Amino acid sequence: MASLNMKATLLSLLLLLVGLGIWEAMNQAPAASTGLSEYERMMGGADQEARVPPPSQVFSHAWDELSDPFYDAGPNDKGIGIQLAYSLYRVLTGYLAAALIAIPLGFVIGMSPLMHKALNPFIQVLRPISPLAWMPLALFIIRDSEGSAIFVIFICSIWPMLINTAFGVANVRTDWIKVARTHELSPLKTAFLVILPAAAPTILTGMRISIGIAWLVIVAAEMLVGGTGIGYYVWNEWNNLDLNSVIFSILMIGLVGMLLDMTLAAVTKLVQYED
Amino acid sequence: MSRHFVSIEGLSKVYPSKEQDLVVFEGANIGIDKGEFVCIIGHSGCGKSTILNVMAGLETPTTGTMIMDNKEASGPSLDRGVVFQNYSLLPWLTALQNVSFGVKARWPTWNKAKVEAHSSHFLEMVGLSGALHRKPSELSGGMCQRVSIARAFATSPKLLLLDEPFGALDALTRGVIQDELLKIWSETQQTVFMITHDVDEAILLADRVLLMTNGPHARVAESVKINIARPRNRANIIEDPAYYKIRNYLVNFLVKRSGQLSGSAGQVGGATQEVDPSVEINPKSEQSAALKAAI
Repeated sequence: MASLNMKATLLSLLLLLVGLGIWEAMNQAPAASTGLSEYERMMGGADQEARVPPPSQVFSHAWDELSDPFYDAGPNDKGIGIQLAYSLYRVLTGYLAAALIAIPLGFVIGMSPLMHKALNPFIQVLRPISPLAWMPLALFIIRDSEGSAIFVIFICSIWPMLINTAFGVANVRTDWIKVARTHELSPLKTAFLVILPAAAPTILTGMRISIGIAWLVIVAAEMLVGGTGIGYYVWNEWNNLDLNSVIFSILMIGLVGMLLDMTLAAVTKLVQYED
Repeated sequence: MSRHFVSIEGLSKVYPSKEQDLVVFEGANIGIDKGEFVCIIGHSGCGKSTILNVMAGLETPTTGTMIMDNKEASGPSLDRGVVFQNYSLLPWLTALQNVSFGVKARWPTWNKAKVEAHSSHFLEMVGLSGALHRKPSELSGGMCQRVSIARAFATSPKLLLLDEPFGALDALTRGVIQDELLKIWSETQQTVFMITHDVDEAILLADRVLLMTNGPHARVAESVKINIARPRNRANIIEDPAYYKIRNYLVNFLVKRSGQLSGSAGQVGGATQEVDPSVEINPKSEQSAALKAAI
């Protein structure tokens, strides 16, 4: 196994180097045959065409940004750490609010066939709605861009948690319910001592899907509402034509998304049991 | 009937359907004395498990009642412990936590140390003192069933119900756990009602064996006394003169008479015949002849 891991790491590094190498090689400004005029130097070289910055430029820019991530030089110029913190705050607020509603409601739906049948049509209609479609309505009702972004996160993260909780609760093995019944457990104790641990892996899977979707949606939502956040930052740097920052922030979005997913995966592992 | 510690009267279970109601069993009368070990044998589909589920309170009977310790027993209760065939351990808990789960439910006021001491004591009785902190997925099937037995005995129910507890185990493991079950039973003086498919197992363990006719319309036809002195063990029981008489009688019932008697509740009136094959070598020959004539 160790040798497999080693090989995989080596292969990953190789692919990374090849990829970066091609990227770097394809985006060099052509060397000017004569000295550059002042105009040409202002425009970034002898080439008339704009180019994607090569990785060497992106990484040196990333180094500058990451060495001072929390600077704040006015509304149009904040460090990457501040922007990510805004986005994370919105994602976590909306996500936790969704969890507070989805998990108890999922319990009710999972335990009661009546509630399942009664609520299922609403879920089926509401679930496929793109979360951003709620934005105008949210802006009108909430009258606050911050609150609307959080609401959009709330509405997009509620469905996987709700559906997985209901599914996990409904499919707890009848044997375990029988054990609870023969031990005279109250409904509340049955829910906490038997159903919750039994359904926990399924619930956590739903929570993991939700956090992934929430992180996808926050970028788009912040592009719309503007002001702060990593989504706004990407769009703002595009308006500034600073592609170094755009590429850098894309990488940061991926990195933070991966960390969120890994956190949920670690929690899932804690409640996982082998049957 | 009410002189028994547990007495089941006129029990039947009918699953209604549009065309014809499915009568699983009917007119079941069962009496169990305190400290007695009773096994029930019958072919699959005769409703043994349904009887046990009704006794556990997990299913409601269509007619009939169960009186235990002079009180009507209905609904699940800690007074009736159950060991299921598939162990039914909670897989996210360790062996000790699984047993403690039952002990805590039984005595909610006990402190943690007392619960753990009591639970480990019963796990030691089934020979699992070395596996207290292992989860069911890390235990073999036999060890899981031992945990399940320990959980049931640890709550000291008035009646212990075992639903084919050894059905999923290999023969060697089964033998070892049968011996352990006998040991723990004799130490705790539990009243036990157990379903089994295995004639030898029934003879080894039981004071009495109830025989069920084939379903549908199954009923408890006979109650066979196992007149073999205790303590018994697998090695010496086959040397007892009564062993083969009892065994032949039981096998004969399962192979021939369970089918012949099936659905004949009307003729016999549902009464359970008491039989002791160790005394009468050719028991009930007149009666079975009479029955054949009746059929």
